[in-house]
Amino acid sequence: MEHSDGRREASWTEGHELNDPIAYGVLVVAVAVAAFAGWHLWRDLPFSNPLFYAVIVLELVLLAVLVGGVVALTTTSRDVEGGLFVSYLVTMVVIPPAAVLWGIAEKSRWGSGVVVVAMLSVAVLSLRSLQIWKGTYV
Amino acid sequence: MSDAQKTSTSGGFGRALVAVYAVFALAAAARSIYQLVAKADEAPVAYALSALAGVVYVVATYALATDRRALAAATIGFELAGVLVVGLLTIVDADLFPDQTVWSDFGAGYGFVPLVLPFVGLWWVRRARS
Repeated sequence: MEHSDGRREASWTEGHELNDPIAYGVLVVAVAVAAFAGWHLWRDLPFSNPLFYAVIVLELVLLAVLVGGVVALTTTSRDVEGGLFVSYLVTMVVIPPAAVLWGIAEKSRWGSGVVVVAMLSVAVLSLRSLQIWKGTYV
Repeated sequence: MSDAQKTSTSGGFGRALVAVYAVFALAAAARSIYQLVAKADEAPVAYALSALAGVVYVVATYALATDRRALAAATIGFELAGVLVVGLLTIVDADLFPDQTVWSDFGAGYGFVPLVLPFVGLWWVRRARS
């Protein structure tokens, strides 16, 4: 595994990009917010302020992941389909605000339902973006 | 139930339904654009179908969101026919679609949501009328 030209060293550094924890971390946060929204749905509650703040937290995480993802893309030696990868990260950033705009206008429990749909979508996109990064998804 | 009092297809339960349709509009349209840009000649039939599915979902989303019932019923009906026909074809002759579309294998790649969605959609368009 050792290379005299130092390639082993480089790949070891890239092994520390912590992609699995990040992708699964986003997944857990998104599912948690989805569960919170699902609880609203169950209790017949419309889009609430606490739910709004929960979505904001996820959005901040997603913005950080977008920035981190683009930086990682420029430094990695992996053969990643960059355009596809970044388009997934951008889509994940766009979904929560869109869900807030669409869901907050609905005064029934289904405003919370919109958030459930959006958060589960973010969770799936997070897994797919990890697969694209690893090259295991076509 | 409060749902029944809503008359618009974008109100009540329809609010969440439109969100689901928007997700699939995005998924199908983005997938087809990517397929056509990145590898158009690999599987023309599958990619043309992805593009068609994308357009159907986009129009259905627009129709449901703006309470255009006739257009919604027509596009969702087409969506139902599409997922059934393509689902059947991918089972019968896998070579016809060498690459995935949203409707391949009755939408198995998307948790069979594409198969369930048109039934829910048609039910909702019918129900929202009353």
